[in-house]
Amino acid sequence: MSDVELTAPTEEAGAKKADRVRLLAQPLAVLVIVGAVLTWALARENDEIEAQSIQAGVLLTKTWEHLLITAVVTAIVVGVAVPLGAMLTRRWARPVAPVFLGIANIGQAAPALGVLVLFFLWTGWEGLWAAALPIAFYSLLPVLRNTIVGIQSVDPALVDAARGIGMSPRSVLLRVEMPLALPMVLAGMRTSLVLAVGTATLAFFVNGGGLGELVDTGYKLNRPAVLVVGAVLAVGLALVVDWLGALAEQLLGPKGLG
Amino acid sequence: MADKGEPAVTPESTDAAVSGVEIQLEGVTKRYPGSAEPAVNDVTMTIPAGQLVVLVGPSGCGKTTTMRMINRLIEPTSGRITIGGEDALELDDVRLRRKIGYAIQQAGLFPHFTVAQNIAVVPGLLGWNKKRIAERVDELMDLVGLDVAQFRDRYPRQLSGGQQQRVGVARALAADPPVLLMDEPFGAVDPITRGNLQDELLRLQADLGKTIVFVTHDFDEAVKLGDRIAVLGEASTIQQYDTPEAILANPANDMVAGFVGAGASLKQLTLLRVRDVDYPDLALTADAGESPSELRTRMARAGATYALLVDRRRRPQRWVHVRNLSSATSLANIGRSVGDTVSTQSTLQDALEAILAEGGRAVVTGTRGEYVGMIDIETVTGVLAQLREEHEAAGTDGAGDTGDGAGGRAAAGDGVGPAGGAGAAADPGAGAS
Repeated sequence: MSDVELTAPTEEAGAKKADRVRLLAQPLAVLVIVGAVLTWALARENDEIEAQSIQAGVLLTKTWEHLLITAVVTAIVVGVAVPLGAMLTRRWARPVAPVFLGIANIGQAAPALGVLVLFFLWTGWEGLWAAALPIAFYSLLPVLRNTIVGIQSVDPALVDAARGIGMSPRSVLLRVEMPLALPMVLAGMRTSLVLAVGTATLAFFVNGGGLGELVDTGYKLNRPAVLVVGAVLAVGLALVVDWLGALAEQLLGPKGLG
Repeated sequence: MADKGEPAVTPESTDAAVSGVEIQLEGVTKRYPGSAEPAVNDVTMTIPAGQLVVLVGPSGCGKTTTMRMINRLIEPTSGRITIGGEDALELDDVRLRRKIGYAIQQAGLFPHFTVAQNIAVVPGLLGWNKKRIAERVDELMDLVGLDVAQFRDRYPRQLSGGQQQRVGVARALAADPPVLLMDEPFGAVDPITRGNLQDELLRLQADLGKTIVFVTHDFDEAVKLGDRIAVLGEASTIQQYDTPEAILANPANDMVAGFVGAGASLKQLTLLRVRDVDYPDLALTADAGESPSELRTRMARAGATYALLVDRRRRPQRWVHVRNLSSATSLANIGRSVGDTVSTQSTLQDALEAILAEGGRAVVTGTRGEYVGMIDIETVTGVLAQLREEHEAAGTDGAGDTGDGAGGRAAAGDGVGPAGGAGAAADPGAGAS
């Protein structure tokens, strides 16, 4: 017992320190790697085909498209998974919670490309929404599950106290349960976002644009430089989004808990 | 928020000392689906306005369920509950709860709210303006003994268990509700802090006069806090509902007796004060100016072997034996000094301690420390015997019924006669000399 008590605080402090180092190092690393690759790609002798892709305008457009897909996916995920998760923790919805979790599980277990293509075949849509909707379905699960678990792990005594002093059911959810579940929800969002950024590279299959297009072009036309630039930008973007998620967890979490 | 617009609670009683209202339970039953036995079976009791009633019983007896039905955190299956004459089951449950203070074990403070925000929740729900809420928060922190400047903006994590509990009580009192429900509020703090919190609750209650329903499994806590105690058995059936004195003196049945446990008489002594019993004024007193021979004459006439020397303000100083007087020229320096004394404010338990230490009897002093009489072991045992007799005579018809607890604990000792004999009291230092 005493061992645990003695070592626990130092381990915790160590983990916190590692977190802080990562918070600083991650964006720096991204900056250095992406900067180096871009400098190399723009400075080298590009042939005509390569030059069509490796130029500031195209790279910016593709990155923007990629971000747009990610943003739309995030909006859908937050808009659907958080309220749905909160609803499924209500007493009356408990019997159906496993059904929704099951569906979300299937969404994530199926290959992302499969979901994307099936959705395309089913609807015949192309472009941003044809990409964003199936990707959102694919990355829904972490937020949904974490919202449910986060709310369920709020101390029942606090919910009892909140009800007991006269909070309406809505107040109990919005003022007590949600704020206390927020760290879990944010952690889920971070996972979802990283999944979404990664999966958005597949959007070009349905004409959704994004950095996947560069990878595809580089591969099909046998131009490794284009492929590398597309891939490195996608990785860099994922790391930046992950970093933003970590930052949000630090800044948006409820006060008084840490 | 949709929860605004509720007018502030106004106590219905006109009595300044009592701001609580009466709570009545009539045939209240809770049956959970799928279980054959009801969790709470047909409970009928009246909780008088302004009294602190303790529901006590073994774990799982349904005492908490009974309490939670009063603010409808649990809906009764059948029966009727009125609070201040209003049918609680007719009201909107959320609004009902805002008029009932609620404090639970480990305080149940919201960890992401500061102390001030925690206390401000109910006034906020009732739609008070900011200024009024801020003033009320300061007032309440003051009331429960927390420094406003120091603790206002702290989070619960930064407080000790006892401090958290104080905030919990302040939060329960925030909107000045006439009724307070407390579910083992001091169950999770250390014994010393618990004692302090209990004392403070009694002090607060003396000022506020709320109707308090207090749930605990600790019978000593019940005896200390309760104006009345309801001892509950299986399915919350009332085994005995009476004053602590009556339950200690005459447990209604074996179950209650078992729950009261050993040391009922000692517990009873904590409830009585020396001023409540008749202590005889039997010591022969003398001041230091009197001559030894004069005193010896007086003692011979009274048949006393000991005299109590007092100073000019009649504060007890020394015991003098008749033998010391023959050789003494002055009363100034003879005799042995008086040890433990008890004041009229002391509990009989303290008095017993002094009696044992002093060897049979102890000096009783008044509010200014002056000699007022003597108390001995027979007085104490006599009081207990008389109490037992009275409560046996009264029978056990108090169980399950409201009775008339108005007299309370102070009255219980009234009219108890002196038990120590005159002859014994005339020899006060005998055991020690």
